Amino acid sequence: MHELSAGWGLLERNFHLIRRYLSWEAVDFFYNVVNAVTIALIGVRGGPSMVLYLLVGALLWNFLSIIFNEVANSVQWERWEGTIEYTFMAPIRRLTYLLGVSAWAVLYATLRTGLVLAVVALFFRMPLRAADLGAALVVLLVASASFIGIGLVAAILPLMSPERGAQATHIVQGALLLVSGVYYEVSALPVWLQPLSWLSPATYTLRAERAALLHGAGLGQLLPALGILVLFALVTIPAGYAAFRAAERYALRTGRLHRNG
Amino acid sequence: MDSRAFDEERPRAVAAVSSSGTAPAVRCMGVVKRFREPLEADEAEAERGWRERIGLLGRRSRPVEALRGIDLVVPAGSVYGVLGANGSGKSTLIRLLATLLLPDAGRLEVFGHDVVCEAAAVRRRINRVSVEASFFKSLSAWENLLYAARLYGLPPRAARERSAAVLERLGLPAQKLRARVETLSRGQQQKVAVARALLTTPDLLLLDEPTTGLDPRSKREVQEFLGEIHAREGTTILLTTHDMDEVERLCDRVAILDGGRVVAEGTVAELKLRFAGSESADMEEVFLRCTS
Repeated sequence: MHELSAGWGLLERNFHLIRRYLSWEAVDFFYNVVNAVTIALIGVRGGPSMVLYLLVGALLWNFLSIIFNEVANSVQWERWEGTIEYTFMAPIRRLTYLLGVSAWAVLYATLRTGLVLAVVALFFRMPLRAADLGAALVVLLVASASFIGIGLVAAILPLMSPERGAQATHIVQGALLLVSGVYYEVSALPVWLQPLSWLSPATYTLRAERAALLHGAGLGQLLPALGILVLFALVTIPAGYAAFRAAERYALRTGRLHRNG
Repeated sequence: MDSRAFDEERPRAVAAVSSSGTAPAVRCMGVVKRFREPLEADEAEAERGWRERIGLLGRRSRPVEALRGIDLVVPAGSVYGVLGANGSGKSTLIRLLATLLLPDAGRLEVFGHDVVCEAAAVRRRINRVSVEASFFKSLSAWENLLYAARLYGLPPRAARERSAAVLERLGLPAQKLRARVETLSRGQQQKVAVARALLTTPDLLLLDEPTTGLDPRSKREVQEFLGEIHAREGTTILLTTHDMDEVERLCDRVAILDGGRVVAEGTVAELKLRFAGSESADMEEVFLRCTS
């Protein structure tokens, strides 16, 4: 019960923070909308399917990026505010902390991306008649879990290096953007780079989402991709948690949480 | 008394309390903590290689010992002061007890629980007020307190009642709870920090220079309140400070740290007699004689 209360406390705290920094949110939201529209406009000459193909990439990347950033930067945010020691001293399991952060990330990413979609829909006529929206939603939820795992791994960087850790998470994110086929087919990559796409859960997520939204693929057809995404989550979440614990011990040993005197 | 002779007596005294059977609030045995400290600019410049120059590697550092074999016993229910110059290891000791650092050697216990192996049990019994206000500064005081209450499993209503009572006693109007922390003065922030630490009724309150930077009235209000809490709830208080009056007013016993070692320990009267020759001597004189 206490752990549940703490998890809820993290959601509540983040909600209050979003409310306080609403002007930042508005700027971010505006950028997300413009980014999605601009990318989709590139595909206008290719017809509605091309527009949808690019929009799926832009929106999905927006969704996964929010999850990744919220989880990966949770430590950095607390370090910036100066509250990390208080939070880490509280009598709660680290798992509760990370689950609270992750639950917030999924909720917030869903809401933000949903709003971007609503605005972008005003710009384009999207051919969704054949789409299997239920299957697309399932893919989104399963993909969230695997991105949380990668976010947990990235969250150790600000723990290990207060000065450069947060910036280093952009390297992880950038690499995923490059190899996952967000705006192009993976086959467009140089041959030597293509095997890296197999290691990104975003590759399978994008393929499955496009299959569901553009070609109406149902859950049955998406099972192989879903299976791979579940496997990613099963590997990356425990690995991310273990890495986070190890990084926390390193921070406690070296005084990286904070130190003076 | 020579502080070196005192150094040799300490471990025996701690071991004697250890074998007495009742767990003290805090017991430190041979605690060592090392950090790495960046080299001074001129030393670093001399040792810079090409990787440092293009920013591939951070600044070079050297090891420093913040604590060099600390032995300390804080009896349960006491107010225990830790004095020391800047960099003497006071905050490091508090962080070790707050489970925010791991010792390199030695053992620390809080009410008999090892701070490394039983961190969860320790965390349930402590709270801490640090010298810097560690709040989400854009959130209101109440939103910060609510977050703390959730972390410690306290219902919001109980948290509001308790924090309002504490803040009222500390002279902070109830409507300040709705103000953003960043709009509060340093003294007001520190009062909110005290209220947050006392939300959870800890058995051991770790106070790291809680009154530094406060005006005399706020300082007096916080000190009186801590005295009340100690008398009413029997909370053990471990207090680091530079304020000699605060030590005389609040502390049952005092340890003086110098260069990461305990160089003197005892009641205020004992220390005055031992190091300044008279119980009516100034505590500042004791401090200056004990520290290099």
